[in-house]
Amino acid sequence: MARRVTPARKATVTAAAWALGLLIFFPILWTILTSFKSEGDAVAIPPKFLFFHWTLENYAVVNQRSDYLLHFWNSVVISFGSTFAGLLIAIPAAWAMAFVPGRKTKDVLMWMLSTKMMPSVGVLVPIYLLFRNTGLLDTRIGLVIILTLIDLPIIVWMLYTYFKEIPGEILEAARMDGAGLRDEIIHVLTPMAVPGIASTLLLNVILAWNEAFWTLNLTAAKAAPLTAFIASYSSPEGLFYAKLSAASTMAIAPILILGWFSQKQLVRGLTFGAVK
Amino acid sequence: MTSTLRALLGACAVAGLATVASAETTITVATVNNGDMIRMQGLMSDFYAKHPDIKVNWVTLEENVLRQKVTTDIATKGGQYDVMTIGTYEVPIWGKQGWLLSLDDLPADYDVNDLLPAIRGGLTVNGHLYASPFYGESSMVMYRTDLMKKAGLEMPEKPTWDFIRKAADAMTDKAAGIYGICLRGKAGWGENMAFLTAMSNSFGASWFDMKWQPQFNGDAWKKTINFYVDMMKADGPPGASNNGFNENLALFQQGKCGMWIDATVAASFVSDPKASKVASDVGFALAPDNGLGKRGNWLWAWSLAIPAGTKHADAAKTFIDWATSKDYLKLVASKEGWANVPPGTRKSLYENPEYAKIPFAKMTLDSINSADPTHPTVNPVPYVGVQFVAIPEFQGIGNDVGQQFSAALAGTETVDQALAKAQELTTRAMTKAGYIK
Repeated sequence: MARRVTPARKATVTAAAWALGLLIFFPILWTILTSFKSEGDAVAIPPKFLFFHWTLENYAVVNQRSDYLLHFWNSVVISFGSTFAGLLIAIPAAWAMAFVPGRKTKDVLMWMLSTKMMPSVGVLVPIYLLFRNTGLLDTRIGLVIILTLIDLPIIVWMLYTYFKEIPGEILEAARMDGAGLRDEIIHVLTPMAVPGIASTLLLNVILAWNEAFWTLNLTAAKAAPLTAFIASYSSPEGLFYAKLSAASTMAIAPILILGWFSQKQLVRGLTFGAVK
Repeated sequence: MTSTLRALLGACAVAGLATVASAETTITVATVNNGDMIRMQGLMSDFYAKHPDIKVNWVTLEENVLRQKVTTDIATKGGQYDVMTIGTYEVPIWGKQGWLLSLDDLPADYDVNDLLPAIRGGLTVNGHLYASPFYGESSMVMYRTDLMKKAGLEMPEKPTWDFIRKAADAMTDKAAGIYGICLRGKAGWGENMAFLTAMSNSFGASWFDMKWQPQFNGDAWKKTINFYVDMMKADGPPGASNNGFNENLALFQQGKCGMWIDATVAASFVSDPKASKVASDVGFALAPDNGLGKRGNWLWAWSLAIPAGTKHADAAKTFIDWATSKDYLKLVASKEGWANVPPGTRKSLYENPEYAKIPFAKMTLDSINSADPTHPTVNPVPYVGVQFVAIPEFQGIGNDVGQQFSAALAGTETVDQALAKAQELTTRAMTKAGYIK
């Protein structure tokens, strides 16, 4: 039986949701506001919220000092490249685990997840040596490979959860109609799982975009993405918070806009399979 | 051979030579994000005019990220960088490991004897110079002249810790939001431990004795940390255990601190009227002492070094020679004024009458000269480094001990508990590393 929702209750819940949303968004808002302040206003005590001298100077300095477009393009190639490569491997893997599980499938899934539990820095030196010996240091392809491998467990897990929701009988029917394995995955399974695949794609693009350990440690001048762009404005000896905020705003803007436009898809995908 | 063929061969040879002559060498320079380094990037047209055959790629990063990256690269001989910006902590360790190329053969006009002896000593291993200083810094007392006057006190040029305590008590006016003293409290080997290690030297303490036994169970450390915690609790700002250089700089610039003991590089920030509300009321003094022969100041130099794995050693040396030369200092002065010249590296800069007019120039030089990285403590020690111990294990141990002292300042541990834990964890780490047999 549906619960009756009174207007008062609705208003309370709405207000609470807005308050929580603003609370979570506040650090980003503060970064954006700080990017329009002078360095002096950025550290003013008490802090200035809206009433300060607005300036675009920080953006001008950042653009003059750094090659934003190069870093941006590197971020795009690395995040989308690693996500697509991950999906290519994960879709067949998740299909196998969801529709033809073996005795060890659960163990394999848990093992895959367990690889995420090791701190990245634990394998930094071996990976660095491998990259050095194969000439992959400071290359986009090197980062695509490493991020694909890192995000693969999450991609497989997400797709596995979505695929489990699809009735196996539909695939059986396709097989009865003469569909081969390739047709079954591409023409039957994939279209039904589009919301799940889309949300997996979006989430992994965001994860890869924000990844700041490998992208910082395996790059130098040529393949450095926006994470390195931000790091170049952070300084323990000198108050450059306004410039750092401008650089951060420029780095997160593309992914923020992408997330904004695809939020319905993202939420739908994330809750897909949640209601059992 | 026909004349046509000869002419063709000749043309090919000339073209070949021309290609070699115009072949561009690209070097990658890893550097920290600070004002002096950024200024250098803006002055590269001078370098390119003198050396059109060398192109420089910059990798600018936050200090800790940079340290992690260049350490990984040099330890694995990754070869990603041709010039690295490193400090006085790394040079003795990396030089000993054979990871850096010696800079003994820089051109004569580099004038190695012009380098300040304390800085040069910190960058020399077994008689070889392994890095060229770009800028040097020590630490000193920065104080509010107006508040000092109001308190009826006069800051001596060489204050003692007792005077600092007395002045801090007198200047503190918590109701008006003014705190007599601002010091680092944030945990980290380069944060609170840089300050506390330097301070402990002036109290007669040291990290280790000659047998590498940790000394936190001694009286000298107990006096140091008790003095620090008592003074900060009475006269320091709230939440001081979270404050590092930047937080204290913001507080001082906003007029919330009576005194601040920190890096000499801060002098130009606090006396810049565009950034600081108290620019016209700032005075400087040497870091305090206790009459034991050592002051509580440190020594650091951001320096340029060449990793042994580079394939462009000659171009890298040419760049370092340009960036750390006397001419570079003149170049900065002509474009940006003497106040913006990278300080603390060369004697000739401090002999320049124009530079002597800068209010903090003399105090910076005196502070650097009063630090001795090879004999940092009252009692003899087996290590070099004023505010650090130049052994690879120090970063980890320094961070752990820093957390204990930060906790003591925050009040979540007593000073005795913090010292006991520091002693225990340092003994454990040094035994594991093989220093204590």
